[in-house]
Formats: sequence, structure tokens, C-alpha cells
Amino acid sequence: MTQTSSPPTGIHLRGLVKNFRTPQGTVQAVRGVDISIVPGETVALLGPNGAGKSTTIDMLLGLLPPDAGTVSLFGMPPMNAVKAGAIGAMLQTGSLIRDLSVRELVTMMAALYPKPLPVDEVIELTGIGDVAARKTHKLSGGQTQRVRFALALVSNPDLLVLDEPTVAMDVEARRDFWTTMRGFTSRGKTVVFATHYLEEADAYADRIILMARGQVVADGPATEIKATVGLRTIRATLPGADLDALATLPGVKNADPRGEAVVLHCADSDLAIRALLERYPAARDIEITGAGLEQAFLQLTGDDPGDTGISPVTDNNDKEPAR
Amino acid sequence: MIANNGVGTAPRAVANTPLSTTLAYTKFELLRTFRNRRFFVFSLGFPLVMYFLIAGPNKNNHHLGASGDFPGVFAPLYYMVSLIAFGTMTAVMAGGARIAAERSVGWNRQLRLTPLSTRTYFRTKVITSYLMALTSILLMYLAGTLLGVRLPASQWLEMTALVLVALVPFAAIGILMGHLLTVDSMGPALGGLSALFAFLGGTWFPITGGGALVEIAKSLPSYWLVQAGQVGVGGGAFPPRGWIVLAIWTAVFAILAGRAYQRDTKRV
Repeated sequence: MTQTSSPPTGIHLRGLVKNFRTPQGTVQAVRGVDISIVPGETVALLGPNGAGKSTTIDMLLGLLPPDAGTVSLFGMPPMNAVKAGAIGAMLQTGSLIRDLSVRELVTMMAALYPKPLPVDEVIELTGIGDVAARKTHKLSGGQTQRVRFALALVSNPDLLVLDEPTVAMDVEARRDFWTTMRGFTSRGKTVVFATHYLEEADAYADRIILMARGQVVADGPATEIKATVGLRTIRATLPGADLDALATLPGVKNADPRGEAVVLHCADSDLAIRALLERYPAARDIEITGAGLEQAFLQLTGDDPGDTGISPVTDNNDKEPAR
Repeated sequence: MIANNGVGTAPRAVANTPLSTTLAYTKFELLRTFRNRRFFVFSLGFPLVMYFLIAGPNKNNHHLGASGDFPGVFAPLYYMVSLIAFGTMTAVMAGGARIAAERSVGWNRQLRLTPLSTRTYFRTKVITSYLMALTSILLMYLAGTLLGVRLPASQWLEMTALVLVALVPFAAIGILMGHLLTVDSMGPALGGLSALFAFLGGTWFPITGGGALVEIAKSLPSYWLVQAGQVGVGGGAFPPRGWIVLAIWTAVFAILAGRAYQRDTKRV
């Protein structure tokens, strides 16, 4: 590998591969993932269940040895970065140990790191002051998630890794959570989070890495990802239109009927709308909409139910099978 | 070396050293253990109840096992040292049950992402188990005293010291089991294993004479744990064989436990 061209800082995943053997055969959970992350970036790993996000994160953290490929965190293998206290993580699975209060647990965790944040500051930051005296096994799902977030933060990490962090939270808790995150990233920290909430990735990440079936299918700013598939749609009422002719209009990729209306999927909607109005002056009720990340997502991962050429991912193969 | 990416790092008010980490981690581990009332009661209470059930009716028997020239021993004393062996062994191996419980909530994976070293982790687990064992010993002494057991201070001390030494392999076995088994299988496994060790090690009846079974017994750590207790009933300190057996069991199981901990990063 061209290690010499890689800067010593930041996060570099090179050619990561991971297979799991199951009774049904070998599952290729991660199939050649290359990712580089600059310090200070907030990156979303976005993808459906089974995309390989959690497996990639486990390898990134050194919890799972890759079958092939390398991981470098700030110029070190994961284990050394962990030893240096540079990594904070909130894993997808897992709960809290019993028989301690929330404050005690956060204090205990802080004691394990060389340079933790002050416990009071973290408790305030993560909004768990009201449950600080409560025992850890007497918390709601959302409260537990917040405490787990506090445990990840108290280490004062350079890299914070969050695997589906808001999964058990309601809308309000989720918003609070991301507000807290913003405060944290403004300190120049690097954050990698996995999510299948498109809005979250869109709203909170500098950059989105889209994963499907164990591979990176797109990587860039949210706007760029949308531009990759580029799609805007034009919807217009146009009775008796010839769909084949519409599909050949400049800027149009394909055309679908919707009763009396047609929906044109456009690579260049500006070009398409001019051509449409010129050739079909009868077109009315015209709407032009951006595709949104949801649609870009479906397009890129091929999980569009209408896209019959590719079968959807059936099993949840980013969960490691129990052995 | 890590901080070179820090753009305005947060105020770092605290700094920890390996010692402060060990102390704090041990403190919270102890808090957790002593707050777990069910565990506490079963681990410490069970041997006590057994003691009063067995030794109580025999508290006036000063000639237990008397034969020929051997005048026998004071029954409450004999049962006390036997139950010290059994109780401490159970208490120390039960440390594994706590590990299994931690693993079941994914805590081992969380710990693996902290700078906590394998050594500090083990040290803390062993210290916690030992304090449980020590508590168990003190409670048994107290119970023995209630039934009329009297020993010179030097014998109390020697017995206690040897028991603590002989417990080391059991701490390693407990940790190994904690990393290999699930919470559900932990109960039967612990119960079966401690019964087997106790039986073959001579907790319930003295092992004397020769033969294959005796040779096997003398190669078990539980035999030497019982022997440690026997100091109180007039036995002597360990012969070299005792030290060697304990050292081998400790080394083998400490290595296995270390490996199990290292590999134990899976989502459970």
C-alpha cells in the first residue's frame, strides 16, 4: 500500500474485508472498504441494515480483526490509539452495568482514561443531571442512551465513534442529542457515526459515506451525493402524452405515468423544463422537486422496490452471527 | 502525540495515573459487589448456614475421627476449616459470574475501548474476589468462635495466609469461566465445578493413604486449599509439591484467562 502518501494523522481504512461463516454459508459483511477521514471532520456512515456499517466500525475500533486490509487511527493501529485514550465510542449493542448510580458509573469511566473531562461537565453537557443519583438499571431506554453517550464523552476523545446513537430516542431527545454533539465537534474533534436516519446524516455530518452490501457506494458532502444521482423530478399534468417521447427530452432520464400526469426523472431539470414547455405547451400543474437524500439513497444502493433487477438485502448481515 | 489535531481542546482538569485508575476501578467494583445483595447473601450466607447445620449438633464432640492413638479433633474446628475451604473457593470463583453478567450487557466491549490494561482489569477482579473470600473467612471464624473454637493467633494467621495463597488458581479459573460461559450456564457450571473440586480435594472427608485417587487429589488446587485449612487442626505448612501444584494451576489458568479476555470482543 502507498503508506508514504498517507498523512500520519487522521483515520485511514484500507481495503477492509470481513467475512462471517454462518450455517447458511459465508456472509461477506464488508467487501473492500477504503475510507480516509481528516481530523475535525464529522462523517456519517449511512446505509440500510446489513450494509456493513457496524462491522466496519468494529474493525475501525479494533474490536474485530479484519480478514484483509488495515486500519490506522492517528498513525497508530486501533489498539494503540485506544491505549492512548484517544477513542471514545458508543456502540450499538450493549447496556450499562448494574449496582452503580449514573454519577458513579461516569466517575468510574473517567478514572480509566489518562485525561478525562470533568464528570460534572459531562453530566451537564449530556443532560443527565436529573438522573445522576439514580441506579443505572432504573433508567428508561432514552436515558440509558444518554448515559452511554456520557461514558463515550467523558474520555475526552480525539475520535468519537457512535454506532446508531439515537436509536432508542424520541424526536426531542434526538434533537437534544445532536445539539450536544455540535458543542462537542466545535472543539475540533473527529466524529464518525453510523445511522440509517437520512435526516440525521444530512443535517449533522460534514460528509456522508453511503454503504450498501459491504461496500462504499458514495462518499462526499450531502449535496454532492444528491448530485451524483443528481435527480430532480418534474411532475406535470399532460393527458395522452407519449412517454417514450418524453423520455428522450434533453435532461430527462426516464418518464413514469401517474394517471393523467407524468413524472420525469431528470439529470438536468433546467434543461428538461425548457424542452418540456417548448414541445408540450399544454403541460400544467408543474412541480419540480429535489430528490432528497432518501431517493438518492435508494438510487445508489439499488434498494428501490421498483428496481426489480436487484434483489433487496434480505438478512441482517451486519450483525455478527452468534457462534 | 494524539493531541496534534486538537483545535481548541477542552480544559483538562483531571489527570489519571495507573495507580489512581486501579484504585478508582477497584473501589467501584467493590461497591458493586457489596451492593448486589443476592450475590452477597448466597456467596457468604450459604457456607455459614451449612456450618451451623453440620457443626451445631456436634459442638460438644471433641473427638471427631478418633481412632487408635489419634484422639480426634474438635468437630466445630474441623467443619470450620472445611467450610472455609469450600466457602472461599465458591466466593472466588463466583467472581466469574459477575464477569459473565458484565459481558451479557456488552460491558467487556465497552471496557476494551478504554485504556484499561488487561493487567489492571485482572488485578481489580482478583482483589474484589479476595475481599469477598476474606469476608467469608472472617465470618466463618466468627461462627467458629461462637461454637467454641479457640486457636492461637499465630495459627489463625498462618491458616489465613495459606488459604489466600491456595485461592489464586481459583481466581484465574473463575475469570476464565466468566469469559467463556453465559450468565445462564454460569450457575450450574460453578455449582458443579466447586462440588467436584471440593469432593476430590478432600473438603468433606480426609484424603489419606496412597493410590491413584489420592495422587489425583494431590494434584488439585482444592486439596491444597483444604490442607491450608488443616493448619488449624494441627497440619503443617505446604510441602514443595503443594507450592508447585498451585503455581502450575495458576500459570495455566492465568494464561487461558488472559487469552479469553483478549479474544472476548464479540457482540453477545
